[in-house]
Amino acid sequence: MKVNSGQFIPVAQIAIHDRDLQAAVARGTSNAYQKRIRAMYGAGYEHGEALRQQAAEAKRRALRRLPELLEQAEAVMQANGMAVLWAEDGEEACRIALDIARRHDVHLVVKSKSMVTEEIGLNQALQANDIQVVETDLGEFIIQLNNEPPSHIVAPVIHKTKESIREIFVQKLGMQPTDDAGEMTYFARQHLRRQFLEADMGVSGGNFIIAETGTICLVTNEGNGRMVTTQPRVHVAFVGIEKIVETLEDFATLVQVLPRSSTGQAMSVYTQMINGPRRDGEVDGPEHVYVVLVDNGRSEVYATDYCEALACIRCGACLNACPVYRVTGGHAYGWVYSGPIGAVVTPLFVGLENATPLPYASSLCGVCKQVCPVDIDLPRMLLDLRSDVVEQHDDTFVWRAGLRVWAMVTRSPRLFEWGGVAARLGVRLTRGRLPGPLGGWTKSRDFPPFAPRSFRQLWRERQKAKQDEQS
Amino acid sequence: MTLPERPSPLGKRVSLFVTCMVDMMYPDTGMSVVQILEHLGVEVDFPEGQTCCGQPGYNAGYRDEARQVARQFLKAFKDAEVIVAPSGSCVAMVRHEYPALFADDPQWLPLAEHVAAITWEFTEFLVDGLGITDLGARLPEPQSFAFHDACHGLRLLGLGDAARTLLGNVENAVIEDLPEHDVCCGFGGLFSIKMADVSAAMLQRKVANIEASPAETIVTGDVSCMTQMNGGLSRRKSPKRVQHIADVLADGLQEHNDES
Repeated sequence: MKVNSGQFIPVAQIAIHDRDLQAAVARGTSNAYQKRIRAMYGAGYEHGEALRQQAAEAKRRALRRLPELLEQAEAVMQANGMAVLWAEDGEEACRIALDIARRHDVHLVVKSKSMVTEEIGLNQALQANDIQVVETDLGEFIIQLNNEPPSHIVAPVIHKTKESIREIFVQKLGMQPTDDAGEMTYFARQHLRRQFLEADMGVSGGNFIIAETGTICLVTNEGNGRMVTTQPRVHVAFVGIEKIVETLEDFATLVQVLPRSSTGQAMSVYTQMINGPRRDGEVDGPEHVYVVLVDNGRSEVYATDYCEALACIRCGACLNACPVYRVTGGHAYGWVYSGPIGAVVTPLFVGLENATPLPYASSLCGVCKQVCPVDIDLPRMLLDLRSDVVEQHDDTFVWRAGLRVWAMVTRSPRLFEWGGVAARLGVRLTRGRLPGPLGGWTKSRDFPPFAPRSFRQLWRERQKAKQDEQS
Repeated sequence: MTLPERPSPLGKRVSLFVTCMVDMMYPDTGMSVVQILEHLGVEVDFPEGQTCCGQPGYNAGYRDEARQVARQFLKAFKDAEVIVAPSGSCVAMVRHEYPALFADDPQWLPLAEHVAAITWEFTEFLVDGLGITDLGARLPEPQSFAFHDACHGLRLLGLGDAARTLLGNVENAVIEDLPEHDVCCGFGGLFSIKMADVSAAMLQRKVANIEASPAETIVTGDVSCMTQMNGGLSRRKSPKRVQHIADVLADGLQEHNDES
């Protein structure tokens, strides 16, 4: 997918002035945020926190043994009749997909929701080779019709109102206008049902791979995931290499925090555990199952201090909680992943120089870490990335110069006091409309006048008065 | 978050770290802190060499620059027994970031760790440090308040209910709710300049919540968040304002002193 993360500020500005987007994102994120709290902590705060720490530990344990767990999973999956393929980058992953499609004479692909396939640009690669691709997750289906990328990890159309979705269905598919969300869903369902029956190949992602059993786990709500992975002749699962967990028991822990954190459900409607293709004597299931393990930059991140970011289970809780995401929506982040986790992994995956604004797209309020089901220290990583920006000389001249002057003044108490006097005068002269790069602040806020005397002046006067009193 | 066991501050002299913003913009808030501490019989001094904790540079990614400023802080407070500051954010900087900032500097690390261990946020110092929950204060007439939990105090220091407890025990103070009281106001230091419009959009939601609150006054523990929220309220011509907890508590003592 094309990277547009350098344009965070202008795209965010458009989003801030988009009333429909503001209403839709505010409603979607607030609902998910409240439901998460009830689902995680319904059985008591201590219980929820213990579960969170257990999940965090399960993912970290898996990350520490990542290389060997991948090999273990590969061996078990092969023994169970699945073909395992390794893709170093997006290009290789797409080439593998095309090879499989050609081998099985595939014309129509149905897909369930998968962020890693957004990352590698799978749909575009298949379509460029005359293979039709249909997204079957309702949200993904809508944005595919409208030719947009998803704006949320879990809820790809969170930025759209019901009314704008109706317009898309009316214009693109000739739906009879209706205000009823149920009727719209039924319409989409009928449309998609035909595609499921005609498709030659199903493409899914994978929420977890269990190393000890070689199981691909899919957590979904709409039933489309089950159709995609069972109805067509061929099933191909694209899974990032960081999705591996050690044991069935670890999966049991993680599958409790994932739906609770993402949609506020104790359990999602469908939890699939795929162990191989159709066996002799079975009446349904695909004839061939391929697992494509996608690296696409993950190994490089694995070797850095940012390795912990690979523990992410893509629940979207940090997006729903983030006060920045709540006003900008996801498209401003300019790539596949948005919100705090997007602000961290996008620079790591696409290069910091291509995503310089993202580490700064945070007030460092810390709520992302607080809600993360695997306790990733996102604020810490944002701070470290900012330091990387400065060290790579990617910050602008004005900021560089400004912070140097700030340090020069502030490390000397005398200069600092004079600086205070100058600032007091400056605010008075500009009548509270701050100049230059500070002007953005007073565009929508009033800056208060400084007190006539600083605290240190008041303190000196007080000490002097005390001394006079004593003498 | 669990912090290492800290030395008890009882009976020790307090060195006030007034913070750069209070020093320059809100000196009365600093005086409120002094007044409350002295009311409790605590000896207060003000090390003149202090400037800023270095957080603006640190949060912008300028670690060398932040270290230069932090060294000045360490020099200024090297003889302190206890450091108290009316800001959860600056205290979090000293307590959490100083040891990391000087991790590779054997000359400064011991002092950085020492200073981190003896630094307290103002309300935390009163409640957890001195064990005081009731200042015996009284407001001249009933007034309603709601709290905005400043992020760093809430999430990095785990301040909890210290400020609510103190204000709840002030006679005539009525505590009301603020919707989304634990959601960031959008300040974030230089974030509010670098991404001024995003910050302003976050502020707009905060201002709407303040207007929806039945409280007349919003109370918080950081003048930085207060500046942001008051800036938005003033621009929107709202009659409501945000006050620092130290000023509200000192108002109650004023009444107390007047009567006695």
